[in-house]
Amino acid sequence: MIELHNVTKTYLKGVQALVNINLKIEREEFIFLVGPSGAGKTTCVKLILKEEEPTEGSIFIDGQDVTRLSRRKVPYHRRNIGVVFQDFRLLPNKTVYENIAFAMQIIEATSKDIRRRVPMVLGMVGLSDKAASYPYQLSGGEKQRTSIARAIVNNPSILIADEPTGNLDPETAWEIMKVLKQINRRGTTVIMATHARNIVDTMQQRVVALEKGRIVRDEQRGAYEYEG
Amino acid sequence: MKVRTVNYIFRQGLTGLWRNRTMSIASIGTVAATLIILGLVITLVLNISNLADLAQMQFDEIQVYLKDDLFIAEIDNIGKEIRMIEGVSDVIYESKEEALEKFKESWGEEGYLLDGLEKNTLPNSYIVQMDNLELADSIVKDLEPLKGIDEIKYYKEIVDELLKAAKFVRTIGLIIILILILVAIFIISNTIKLTLSSRRQEIGIMKNVGATNWFIRWPFLFEGVLLGLIGSIVSIMVVYYGYQYAFNAITSRFYLMLSTYIVSVDEMMKKTVYIFAVLGVGVGALGSIFSLRRHLKV
Ligand SMILES: Nc1ncnc2c1ncn2[C@@H]1O[C@H](COP(=O)(O)OP(=O)(O)OP(=O)(O)O)[C@@H](O)[C@H]1O
Ligand SMILES: [Mg+2]
Repeated sequence: MIELHNVTKTYLKGVQALVNINLKIEREEFIFLVGPSGAGKTTCVKLILKEEEPTEGSIFIDGQDVTRLSRRKVPYHRRNIGVVFQDFRLLPNKTVYENIAFAMQIIEATSKDIRRRVPMVLGMVGLSDKAASYPYQLSGGEKQRTSIARAIVNNPSILIADEPTGNLDPETAWEIMKVLKQINRRGTTVIMATHARNIVDTMQQRVVALEKGRIVRDEQRGAYEYEG
Repeated sequence: MKVRTVNYIFRQGLTGLWRNRTMSIASIGTVAATLIILGLVITLVLNISNLADLAQMQFDEIQVYLKDDLFIAEIDNIGKEIRMIEGVSDVIYESKEEALEKFKESWGEEGYLLDGLEKNTLPNSYIVQMDNLELADSIVKDLEPLKGIDEIKYYKEIVDELLKAAKFVRTIGLIIILILILVAIFIISNTIKLTLSSRRQEIGIMKNVGATNWFIRWPFLFEGVLLGLIGSIVSIMVVYYGYQYAFNAITSRFYLMLSTYIVSVDEMMKKTVYIFAVLGVGVGALGSIFSLRRHLKV
Protein backbone atom coordinates (compact mmCIF):
# COMPACT_ATOMS: atom_id res chain seq x y z
CA MET A 1 0.00 0.00 0.00
CA ILE A 2 1.27 3.43 -0.99
CA GLU A 3 0.10 6.60 0.74
CA LEU A 4 1.03 10.19 -0.01
CA HIS A 5 0.13 12.63 2.78
CA ASN A 6 0.03 16.35 1.90
CA VAL A 7 3.00 15.95 -0.39
CA THR A 8 4.46 19.10 -1.91
CA LYS A 9 7.53 19.14 -4.11
CA THR A 10 9.17 22.43 -4.96
CA TYR A 11 12.30 22.19 -7.10
CA LEU A 12 15.28 24.42 -6.50
CA LYS A 13 14.25 27.24 -8.79
CA GLY A 14 10.86 27.51 -7.12
CA VAL A 15 9.09 25.27 -9.62
CA GLN A 16 6.12 23.72 -7.86
CA ALA A 17 5.97 20.24 -9.36
CA LEU A 18 3.49 18.83 -6.84
CA VAL A 19 1.18 20.73 -4.51
CA ASN A 20 -0.41 19.15 -1.45
CA ILE A 21 -1.00 15.71 -2.94
CA ASN A 22 -3.03 13.16 -1.01
CA LEU A 23 -3.16 9.76 -2.65
CA LYS A 24 -3.75 6.23 -1.48
CA ILE A 25 -2.95 3.23 -3.66
CA GLU A 26 -4.03 -0.19 -2.43
CA ARG A 27 -2.12 -3.40 -2.73
CA GLU A 28 -2.50 -5.11 -6.13
CA GLU A 29 -4.18 -2.08 -7.64
CA PHE A 30 -3.61 -0.96 -11.25
CA ILE A 31 -3.54 2.79 -11.56
CA PHE A 32 -2.94 5.28 -14.34
CA LEU A 33 -1.28 8.60 -13.60
CA VAL A 34 -2.29 10.98 -16.38
CA GLY A 35 -1.93 14.65 -17.12
CA PRO A 36 -0.34 17.06 -19.54
CA SER A 37 3.40 17.43 -19.86
CA GLY A 38 4.88 19.03 -16.75
CA ALA A 39 1.90 18.01 -14.58
CA GLY A 40 4.21 16.22 -12.11
CA LYS A 41 3.85 12.53 -13.03
CA THR A 42 7.56 11.76 -13.18
CA THR A 43 8.13 13.76 -10.01
CA CYS A 44 5.57 11.56 -8.30
CA VAL A 45 7.45 8.44 -9.43
CA LYS A 46 10.77 9.87 -8.25
CA LEU A 47 9.37 10.64 -4.83
CA ILE A 48 8.08 7.11 -4.39
CA LEU A 49 11.48 5.73 -5.46
CA LYS A 50 13.16 8.18 -3.08
CA GLU A 51 15.17 9.64 -5.94
CA GLU A 52 13.84 13.00 -4.79
CA GLU A 53 12.69 14.14 -1.36
CA PRO A 54 9.33 15.84 -0.89
CA THR A 55 9.57 19.46 0.26
CA GLU A 56 6.65 18.82 2.57
CA GLY A 57 4.51 15.88 3.57
CA SER A 58 5.28 12.20 3.94
CA ILE A 59 5.10 9.04 1.85
CA PHE A 60 4.26 5.68 3.35
CA ILE A 61 4.88 2.36 1.68
CA ASP A 62 3.46 -0.62 3.54
CA GLY A 63 3.30 1.52 6.67
CA GLN A 64 6.96 2.61 6.46
CA ASP A 65 7.60 6.36 6.20
CA VAL A 66 9.89 6.50 3.18
CA THR A 67 10.93 10.11 3.83
CA ARG A 68 12.49 9.01 7.13
CA LEU A 69 14.37 6.09 5.65
CA SER A 70 18.10 6.17 6.40
CA ARG A 71 20.43 6.26 3.41
CA ARG A 72 21.57 2.72 4.11
CA LYS A 73 18.04 1.41 3.83
CA VAL A 74 17.18 3.12 0.55
CA PRO A 75 18.53 0.28 -1.64
CA TYR A 76 16.35 -2.24 0.19
CA HIS A 77 13.37 0.05 -0.27
CA ARG A 78 14.07 0.16 -4.01
CA ARG A 79 14.28 -3.61 -4.27
CA ASN A 80 10.61 -3.59 -3.42
CA ILE A 81 9.81 -1.45 -6.47
CA GLY A 82 10.42 -2.32 -10.11
CA VAL A 83 10.75 0.56 -12.57
CA VAL A 84 10.20 0.68 -16.33
CA PHE A 85 11.20 3.72 -18.36
CA GLN A 86 10.10 5.13 -21.66
CA ASP A 87 13.66 4.81 -23.04
CA PHE A 88 14.11 1.17 -21.85
CA ARG A 89 17.57 1.81 -20.33
CA LEU A 90 19.08 -1.51 -21.40
CA LEU A 91 22.82 -2.04 -21.31
CA PRO A 92 23.89 -2.25 -24.96
CA ASN A 93 26.81 -4.63 -24.41
CA LYS A 94 24.71 -7.24 -22.62
CA THR A 95 22.25 -9.72 -24.08
CA VAL A 96 18.59 -9.81 -23.05
CA TYR A 97 19.40 -12.59 -20.63
CA GLU A 98 22.41 -10.75 -19.20
CA ASN A 99 20.49 -7.51 -18.83
CA ILE A 100 17.90 -9.26 -16.71
CA ALA A 101 20.43 -11.35 -14.81
CA PHE A 102 22.35 -8.14 -14.04
CA ALA A 103 19.44 -6.90 -11.93
CA MET A 104 19.75 -10.04 -9.82
CA GLN A 105 23.54 -10.01 -9.65
CA ILE A 106 23.65 -6.56 -8.16
CA ILE A 107 21.44 -7.54 -5.27
CA GLU A 108 23.75 -10.51 -4.77
CA ALA A 109 21.33 -13.26 -5.78
CA THR A 110 22.79 -16.75 -6.06
CA SER A 111 23.57 -17.96 -9.58
CA LYS A 112 21.20 -20.83 -8.95
CA ASP A 113 18.37 -18.36 -8.33
CA ILE A 114 19.41 -16.39 -11.40
CA ARG A 115 19.35 -19.47 -13.64
CA ARG A 116 15.90 -20.34 -12.36
CA ARG A 117 14.34 -16.91 -12.27
CA VAL A 118 15.51 -15.25 -15.52
CA PRO A 119 13.99 -17.82 -17.92
CA MET A 120 10.80 -17.60 -15.90
CA VAL A 121 10.34 -13.85 -16.35
CA LEU A 122 11.45 -14.12 -19.98
CA GLY A 123 8.55 -16.51 -20.41
CA MET A 124 6.18 -14.14 -18.63
CA VAL A 125 6.95 -11.30 -21.04
CA GLY A 126 7.08 -13.65 -24.04
CA LEU A 127 10.76 -13.25 -24.88
CA SER A 128 12.07 -16.75 -24.32
CA ASP A 129 13.40 -17.00 -27.86
CA LYS A 130 15.29 -13.68 -27.67
CA ALA A 131 17.38 -14.44 -24.60
CA ALA A 132 20.66 -14.37 -26.52
CA SER A 133 19.90 -11.22 -28.55
CA TYR A 134 21.55 -7.87 -27.94
CA PRO A 135 19.37 -4.76 -27.51
CA TYR A 136 20.24 -3.45 -31.00
CA GLN A 137 18.81 -6.64 -32.45
CA LEU A 138 15.41 -6.07 -30.79
CA SER A 139 12.28 -4.21 -31.83
CA GLY A 140 10.99 -1.41 -29.60
CA GLY A 141 8.36 -3.65 -28.06
CA GLU A 142 10.92 -6.35 -27.34
CA LYS A 143 13.22 -3.85 -25.73
CA GLN A 144 10.41 -2.65 -23.51
CA ARG A 145 9.47 -6.21 -22.57
CA THR A 146 13.09 -6.85 -21.66
CA SER A 147 13.04 -3.81 -19.44
CA ILE A 148 9.79 -4.99 -17.82
CA ALA A 149 11.30 -8.42 -17.26
CA ARG A 150 14.26 -6.77 -15.56
CA ALA A 151 11.92 -4.67 -13.40
CA ILE A 152 10.02 -7.70 -12.10
CA VAL A 153 12.81 -10.26 -11.91
CA ASN A 154 13.49 -9.51 -8.25
CA ASN A 155 9.82 -9.96 -7.43
CA PRO A 156 8.96 -6.41 -6.32
CA SER A 157 5.54 -5.81 -4.83
CA ILE A 158 5.19 -2.58 -6.82
CA LEU A 159 5.86 -1.96 -10.52
CA ILE A 160 6.12 1.63 -11.68
CA ALA A 161 6.14 2.37 -15.40
CA ASP A 162 6.84 5.94 -16.55
CA GLU A 163 5.38 6.25 -20.05
CA PRO A 164 6.33 2.69 -20.99
CA THR A 165 4.54 2.97 -24.32
CA GLY A 166 5.76 6.44 -25.21
CA ASN A 167 8.22 5.25 -27.84
CA LEU A 168 6.09 2.47 -29.28
CA ASP A 169 3.54 2.23 -32.06
CA PRO A 170 -0.06 1.60 -30.93
CA GLU A 171 -0.06 -2.11 -31.65
CA THR A 172 3.18 -2.73 -29.77
CA ALA A 173 1.90 -0.52 -26.98
CA TRP A 174 -1.02 -2.91 -26.54
CA GLU A 175 1.32 -5.86 -26.24
CA ILE A 176 3.04 -4.06 -23.42
CA MET A 177 -0.28 -3.27 -21.74
CA LYS A 178 -1.19 -6.94 -21.84
CA VAL A 179 2.07 -7.82 -20.14
CA LEU A 180 1.57 -5.18 -17.46
CA LYS A 181 -2.00 -6.28 -16.82
CA GLN A 182 -0.84 -9.87 -16.48
CA ILE A 183 1.81 -8.87 -13.98
CA ASN A 184 -0.87 -6.99 -12.06
CA ARG A 185 -3.09 -10.08 -12.03
CA ARG A 186 -0.28 -12.04 -10.39
CA GLY A 187 -0.48 -9.66 -7.47
CA THR A 188 1.86 -6.78 -8.22
CA THR A 189 0.70 -3.20 -7.72
CA VAL A 190 1.15 -1.36 -11.03
CA ILE A 191 1.45 2.41 -11.38
CA MET A 192 1.68 3.68 -14.92
CA ALA A 193 2.27 7.31 -15.88
CA THR A 194 1.08 7.92 -19.42
CA HIS A 195 -0.15 10.26 -22.13
CA ALA A 196 -1.76 7.42 -24.09
CA ARG A 197 -5.41 8.42 -24.08
CA ASN A 198 -6.88 5.42 -25.88
CA ILE A 199 -5.04 2.97 -23.66
CA VAL A 200 -6.37 4.62 -20.53
CA ASP A 201 -9.87 4.80 -21.94
CA THR A 202 -9.91 1.17 -23.00
CA MET A 203 -8.31 -0.37 -19.91
CA GLN A 204 -11.05 0.87 -17.56
CA GLN A 205 -8.78 1.16 -14.51
CA ARG A 206 -8.40 3.70 -11.76
CA VAL A 207 -7.22 7.05 -13.20
CA VAL A 208 -5.52 9.80 -11.20
CA ALA A 209 -5.26 12.99 -13.24
CA LEU A 210 -2.66 15.61 -12.37
CA GLU A 211 -2.60 19.16 -13.59
CA LYS A 212 -0.01 21.73 -12.61
CA GLY A 213 0.99 19.57 -9.68
CA ARG A 214 -2.50 19.05 -8.26
CA ILE A 215 -4.81 16.05 -8.39
CA VAL A 216 -7.78 17.21 -10.43
CA ARG A 217 -9.52 13.86 -10.72
CA ASP A 218 -9.35 10.41 -9.16
CA GLU A 219 -11.79 7.86 -10.59
CA GLN A 220 -12.22 4.12 -10.46
CA ARG A 221 -12.69 2.77 -14.01
CA GLY A 222 -11.90 6.23 -15.35
CA ALA A 223 -11.12 7.73 -18.71
CA TYR A 224 -8.28 10.01 -19.80
CA GLU A 225 -10.55 13.05 -19.78
CA TYR A 226 -14.13 13.94 -18.96
CA GLU A 227 -16.46 13.45 -21.86
CA GLY A 228 -17.68 16.67 -23.45
CA MET B 1 31.04 -10.38 1.42
CA LYS B 2 29.95 -13.17 -0.86
CA VAL B 3 32.38 -14.91 -3.18
CA ARG B 4 30.38 -14.03 -6.28
CA THR B 5 30.35 -10.39 -5.24
CA VAL B 6 34.13 -10.39 -4.83
CA ASN B 7 34.31 -12.00 -8.24
CA TYR B 8 32.11 -9.30 -9.68
CA ILE B 9 34.16 -6.53 -8.09
CA PHE B 10 37.43 -7.96 -9.46
CA ARG B 11 36.04 -8.33 -12.94
CA GLN B 12 34.55 -4.84 -13.01
CA GLY B 13 37.73 -3.32 -11.58
CA LEU B 14 39.92 -4.99 -14.19
CA THR B 15 37.54 -4.03 -16.99
CA GLY B 16 37.67 -0.41 -15.87
CA LEU B 17 41.46 -0.54 -15.77
CA TRP B 18 41.60 -1.91 -19.29
CA ARG B 19 38.96 0.38 -20.74
CA ASN B 20 40.92 3.54 -19.88
CA ARG B 21 44.34 2.11 -20.63
CA THR B 22 46.04 5.43 -21.28
CA MET B 23 44.88 7.00 -18.05
CA SER B 24 45.63 3.79 -16.17
CA ILE B 25 49.20 3.87 -17.42
CA ALA B 26 49.51 7.54 -16.48
CA SER B 27 48.22 6.75 -12.99
CA ILE B 28 50.53 3.80 -12.52
CA GLY B 29 53.42 5.89 -13.82
CA THR B 30 52.78 8.73 -11.37
CA VAL B 31 52.46 6.40 -8.42
CA ALA B 32 55.64 4.60 -9.48
CA ALA B 33 57.53 7.87 -9.99
CA THR B 34 56.44 9.13 -6.58
CA LEU B 35 57.56 5.96 -4.87
CA ILE B 36 60.83 5.78 -6.79
CA ILE B 37 61.70 9.26 -5.59
CA LEU B 38 60.65 8.20 -2.13
CA GLY B 39 63.00 5.25 -2.56
CA LEU B 40 65.79 7.62 -3.50
CA VAL B 41 65.19 9.73 -0.41
CA ILE B 42 64.97 6.68 1.82
CA THR B 43 68.21 5.37 0.31
CA LEU B 44 70.00 8.61 1.02
CA VAL B 45 68.59 9.09 4.48
CA LEU B 46 69.18 5.48 5.51
CA ASN B 47 72.75 5.54 4.28
CA ILE B 48 73.56 8.87 5.83
CA SER B 49 72.12 7.78 9.18
CA ASN B 50 73.98 4.53 8.82
CA LEU B 51 77.18 6.48 8.30
CA ALA B 52 76.35 8.61 11.30
CA ASP B 53 75.81 5.47 13.40
CA LEU B 54 79.12 4.04 12.31
CA ALA B 55 80.81 7.34 12.99
CA GLN B 56 79.34 7.31 16.46
CA MET B 57 80.69 3.84 17.09
CA GLN B 58 84.16 4.68 15.87
CA PHE B 59 84.48 8.10 17.35
CA ASP B 60 82.83 7.55 20.67
CA GLU B 61 85.73 9.01 22.59
CA ILE B 62 86.96 12.44 23.49
CA GLN B 63 90.67 13.02 23.25
CA VAL B 64 92.05 15.44 25.85
CA TYR B 65 95.57 16.68 25.03
CA LEU B 66 97.55 17.87 28.01
CA LYS B 67 100.04 20.68 28.24
CA ASP B 68 103.70 19.65 28.00
CA ASP B 69 104.99 21.16 31.25
CA LEU B 70 102.97 19.26 33.84
CA PHE B 71 104.23 17.20 36.78
CA ILE B 72 103.08 13.63 37.13
CA ALA B 73 100.95 14.58 40.14
CA GLU B 74 99.22 17.24 38.15
CA ILE B 75 98.50 14.78 35.34
CA ASP B 76 97.06 12.28 37.84
CA ASN B 77 94.95 15.02 39.32
CA ILE B 78 93.46 15.93 35.98
CA GLY B 79 92.68 12.27 35.39
CA LYS B 80 90.79 12.11 38.70
CA GLU B 81 88.85 15.25 37.88
CA ILE B 82 87.87 13.92 34.48
CA ARG B 83 86.69 10.67 36.03
CA MET B 84 84.31 12.64 38.22
CA ILE B 85 82.54 14.30 35.33
CA GLU B 86 79.04 13.00 34.78
CA GLY B 87 78.65 10.70 31.82
CA VAL B 88 82.28 9.62 31.68
CA SER B 89 82.52 5.85 31.71
CA ASP B 90 86.26 5.40 31.46
CA VAL B 91 89.44 7.42 31.23
CA ILE B 92 92.64 6.02 29.74
CA TYR B 93 95.97 7.74 29.97
CA GLU B 94 98.14 7.74 26.88
CA SER B 95 101.66 9.03 27.36
CA LYS B 96 103.50 10.78 24.56
CA GLU B 97 105.68 7.66 24.16
CA GLU B 98 102.65 5.44 23.73
CA ALA B 99 101.19 7.95 21.31
CA LEU B 100 104.34 7.80 19.20
CA GLU B 101 104.27 4.00 19.26
CA LYS B 102 100.69 4.06 18.02
CA PHE B 103 101.56 6.60 15.40
CA LYS B 104 104.40 4.44 14.15
CA GLU B 105 102.13 1.44 14.00
CA SER B 106 99.67 3.35 11.90
CA TRP B 107 102.42 4.08 9.43
CA GLY B 108 103.16 0.41 9.19
CA GLU B 109 106.15 -0.46 6.98
CA GLU B 110 107.24 3.16 6.83
CA GLY B 111 107.17 3.46 10.63
CA TYR B 112 110.96 3.32 10.83
CA LEU B 113 111.06 6.77 9.26
CA LEU B 114 109.86 8.16 12.58
CA ASP B 115 112.81 6.63 14.42
CA GLY B 116 114.90 9.54 13.24
CA LEU B 117 112.83 12.08 15.10
CA GLU B 118 114.92 14.10 17.53
CA LYS B 119 112.14 14.98 19.84
CA ASN B 120 108.71 13.50 20.48
CA THR B 121 106.37 16.41 19.82
CA LEU B 122 103.22 14.41 20.51
CA PRO B 123 101.37 15.41 23.70
CA ASN B 124 100.38 13.31 26.67
CA SER B 125 96.65 12.75 26.56
CA TYR B 126 93.61 11.27 28.21
CA ILE B 127 91.13 9.30 26.17
CA VAL B 128 87.70 9.84 27.67
CA GLN B 129 85.00 7.31 27.02
CA MET B 130 81.33 8.17 27.43
CA ASP B 131 78.22 6.33 28.45
CA ASN B 132 76.37 7.93 25.61
CA LEU B 133 77.40 10.07 22.68
CA GLU B 134 74.60 12.54 23.38
CA LEU B 135 76.55 13.56 26.50
CA ALA B 136 79.59 14.65 24.50
CA ASP B 137 78.64 18.31 24.53
CA SER B 138 78.10 18.53 28.27
CA ILE B 139 81.24 16.54 29.01
CA VAL B 140 83.30 18.82 26.79
CA LYS B 141 81.82 21.82 28.59
CA ASP B 142 82.89 20.33 31.92
CA LEU B 143 86.36 19.58 30.59
CA GLU B 144 87.09 23.05 29.27
CA PRO B 145 87.62 24.84 32.63
CA LEU B 146 90.13 22.23 33.86
CA LYS B 147 93.68 23.52 34.19
CA GLY B 148 96.54 21.93 32.27
CA ILE B 149 94.52 20.99 29.21
CA ASP B 150 95.88 22.07 25.85
CA GLU B 151 93.20 20.92 23.43
CA ILE B 152 90.03 18.86 23.38
CA LYS B 153 89.17 16.89 20.28
CA TYR B 154 85.99 15.03 19.69
CA TYR B 155 84.03 13.79 16.71
CA LYS B 156 80.51 14.79 17.46
CA GLU B 157 80.94 17.51 14.89
CA ILE B 158 81.22 14.95 12.10
CA VAL B 159 78.19 13.09 13.33
CA ASP B 160 76.28 16.33 13.65
CA GLU B 161 77.06 17.26 10.07
CA LEU B 162 75.88 13.86 8.87
CA LEU B 163 72.68 14.04 10.85
CA LYS B 164 72.06 17.54 9.56
CA ALA B 165 72.51 16.34 5.98
CA ALA B 166 70.11 13.45 6.59
CA LYS B 167 67.56 15.82 8.03
CA PHE B 168 67.89 18.17 5.08
CA VAL B 169 67.45 15.39 2.52
CA ARG B 170 64.51 14.08 4.49
CA THR B 171 62.75 17.44 4.67
CA ILE B 172 63.21 18.35 1.01
CA GLY B 173 62.37 14.78 -0.01
CA LEU B 174 59.19 14.73 2.06
CA ILE B 175 58.00 17.99 0.53
CA ILE B 176 58.58 16.69 -3.00
CA ILE B 177 56.93 13.39 -2.16
CA LEU B 178 53.94 15.10 -0.60
CA ILE B 179 53.42 17.12 -3.77
CA LEU B 180 53.83 14.00 -5.91
CA ILE B 181 51.36 12.10 -3.76
CA LEU B 182 48.81 14.83 -4.33
CA VAL B 183 49.47 14.69 -8.07
CA ALA B 184 49.09 10.91 -8.02
CA ILE B 185 45.82 11.13 -6.10
CA PHE B 186 44.57 13.72 -8.59
CA ILE B 187 45.46 11.62 -11.62
CA ILE B 188 43.97 8.46 -10.15
CA SER B 189 40.78 10.27 -9.25
CA ASN B 190 40.54 11.45 -12.85
CA THR B 191 41.03 7.92 -14.13
CA ILE B 192 38.25 6.70 -11.88
CA LYS B 193 36.10 9.57 -13.06
CA LEU B 194 36.47 8.29 -16.64
CA THR B 195 35.41 4.81 -15.62
CA LEU B 196 32.52 6.30 -13.70
CA SER B 197 31.29 8.26 -16.70
CA SER B 198 31.60 5.24 -19.00
CA ARG B 199 29.40 3.38 -16.51
CA ARG B 200 26.82 6.10 -15.87
CA GLN B 201 23.97 4.09 -17.32
CA GLU B 202 24.93 0.94 -15.50
CA ILE B 203 25.15 2.82 -12.21
CA GLY B 204 21.72 4.37 -12.82
CA ILE B 205 20.20 0.94 -13.33
CA MET B 206 22.02 -0.42 -10.30
CA LYS B 207 20.57 2.33 -8.13
CA ASN B 208 17.08 1.77 -9.48
CA VAL B 209 17.22 -1.94 -8.88
CA GLY B 210 18.49 -1.42 -5.34
CA ALA B 211 22.18 -2.21 -5.35
CA THR B 212 23.71 -1.09 -2.06
CA ASN B 213 26.01 1.89 -2.14
CA TRP B 214 29.02 -0.20 -1.31
CA PHE B 215 28.21 -2.68 -4.02
CA ILE B 216 28.28 0.20 -6.49
CA ARG B 217 31.43 1.75 -5.03
CA TRP B 218 33.61 -1.33 -4.57
CA PRO B 219 34.63 -1.90 -8.19
CA PHE B 220 35.84 1.70 -8.46
CA LEU B 221 37.65 1.52 -5.17
CA PHE B 222 39.24 -1.72 -6.29
CA GLU B 223 40.29 -0.15 -9.59
CA GLY B 224 42.04 2.68 -7.73
CA VAL B 225 43.71 0.31 -5.30
CA LEU B 226 44.87 -1.82 -8.23
CA LEU B 227 46.37 1.22 -9.95
CA GLY B 228 48.24 2.12 -6.77
CA LEU B 229 49.37 -1.45 -6.20
CA ILE B 230 50.71 -1.90 -9.72
CA GLY B 231 52.48 1.44 -9.37
CA SER B 232 54.10 0.31 -6.15
CA ILE B 233 55.18 -3.01 -7.65
CA VAL B 234 56.81 -1.17 -10.54
CA SER B 235 58.60 1.14 -8.13
CA ILE B 236 59.73 -1.72 -5.90
CA MET B 237 61.30 -3.40 -8.91
CA VAL B 238 62.97 -0.21 -10.11
CA VAL B 239 64.32 0.58 -6.64
CA TYR B 240 65.46 -3.01 -6.08
CA TYR B 241 67.38 -3.34 -9.32
CA GLY B 242 68.55 0.26 -9.26
CA TYR B 243 69.87 -0.02 -5.72
CA GLN B 244 71.47 -3.37 -6.37
CA TYR B 245 73.22 -1.92 -9.41
CA ALA B 246 74.44 1.13 -7.52
CA PHE B 247 75.47 -0.95 -4.52
CA ASN B 248 77.52 -3.31 -6.66
CA ALA B 249 79.05 -0.49 -8.63
CA ILE B 250 80.14 1.36 -5.50
CA THR B 251 81.31 -1.56 -3.41
CA SER B 252 82.99 -3.78 -5.99
CA ARG B 253 84.52 -1.36 -8.42
CA PHE B 254 85.57 1.72 -6.59
CA TYR B 255 85.60 1.63 -2.86
CA LEU B 256 85.58 -1.86 -1.50
CA MET B 257 86.06 -0.61 2.01
CA LEU B 258 82.90 1.43 1.73
CA SER B 259 80.74 -1.69 1.68
CA THR B 260 80.36 -1.69 5.44
CA TYR B 261 79.14 1.88 5.35
CA ILE B 262 76.35 1.18 2.84
CA VAL B 263 73.04 -0.38 3.78
CA SER B 264 72.73 -3.76 2.03
CA VAL B 265 70.17 -4.33 -0.72
CA ASP B 266 68.15 -6.81 1.32
CA GLU B 267 68.03 -4.58 4.35
CA MET B 268 67.02 -1.65 2.18
CA MET B 269 64.19 -3.64 0.57
CA LYS B 270 63.01 -5.01 3.90
CA LYS B 271 62.56 -1.45 5.07
CA THR B 272 60.85 -0.13 1.95
CA VAL B 273 58.60 -2.85 0.50
CA TYR B 274 55.85 -2.41 3.07
CA ILE B 275 56.02 1.38 2.94
CA PHE B 276 55.70 1.25 -0.84
CA ALA B 277 52.82 -1.21 -0.87
CA VAL B 278 50.90 0.67 1.82
CA LEU B 279 51.50 4.05 0.19
CA GLY B 280 50.59 2.79 -3.29
CA VAL B 281 47.38 1.19 -2.11
CA GLY B 282 46.57 4.20 0.07
CA VAL B 283 47.09 6.68 -2.74
CA GLY B 284 44.95 4.55 -5.07
CA ALA B 285 42.16 4.22 -2.54
CA LEU B 286 42.21 7.94 -1.73
CA GLY B 287 42.12 8.84 -5.42
CA SER B 288 39.04 6.75 -6.03
CA ILE B 289 37.35 7.87 -2.83
CA PHE B 290 37.76 11.52 -3.88
CA SER B 291 36.37 10.72 -7.28
CA LEU B 292 33.43 8.76 -5.89
CA ARG B 293 32.62 11.54 -3.45
CA ARG B 294 32.57 14.12 -6.19
CA HIS B 295 31.06 12.21 -9.07
CA LEU B 296 28.92 9.43 -7.65
CA LYS B 297 25.87 10.40 -5.71
CA VAL B 298 24.31 7.44 -4.02
N1 LIG C 1 15.10 18.35 -11.48
C1 LIG C 1 14.23 19.36 -11.70
N2 LIG C 1 14.58 20.62 -11.39
C2 LIG C 1 13.70 21.63 -11.57
N3 LIG C 1 12.50 21.48 -12.07
C3 LIG C 1 12.09 20.23 -12.40
C4 LIG C 1 12.93 19.12 -12.24
N4 LIG C 1 12.30 18.00 -12.64
C5 LIG C 1 11.07 18.43 -13.06
N5 LIG C 1 10.95 19.75 -12.92
C6 LIG C 1 9.76 20.56 -13.21
O1 LIG C 1 8.68 20.04 -12.45
C7 LIG C 1 7.50 20.02 -13.20
C8 LIG C 1 6.91 18.63 -13.27
O2 LIG C 1 7.80 17.80 -14.00
P1 LIG C 1 7.54 16.26 -14.26
O3 LIG C 1 8.75 15.72 -14.92
O4 LIG C 1 7.12 15.65 -13.00
O5 LIG C 1 6.34 16.29 -15.28
P2 LIG C 1 5.65 15.09 -16.06
O6 LIG C 1 4.24 15.12 -15.66
O7 LIG C 1 6.41 13.84 -15.85
O8 LIG C 1 5.81 15.60 -17.55
P3 LIG C 1 5.99 14.71 -18.89
O9 LIG C 1 4.63 14.20 -19.23
O10 LIG C 1 6.47 15.70 -19.89
O11 LIG C 1 6.98 13.66 -18.59
C9 LIG C 1 7.87 20.58 -14.57
O12 LIG C 1 7.51 21.95 -14.57
C10 LIG C 1 9.35 20.43 -14.64
O13 LIG C 1 9.93 21.46 -15.42
MG1 LIG D 1 7.50 12.56 -17.14
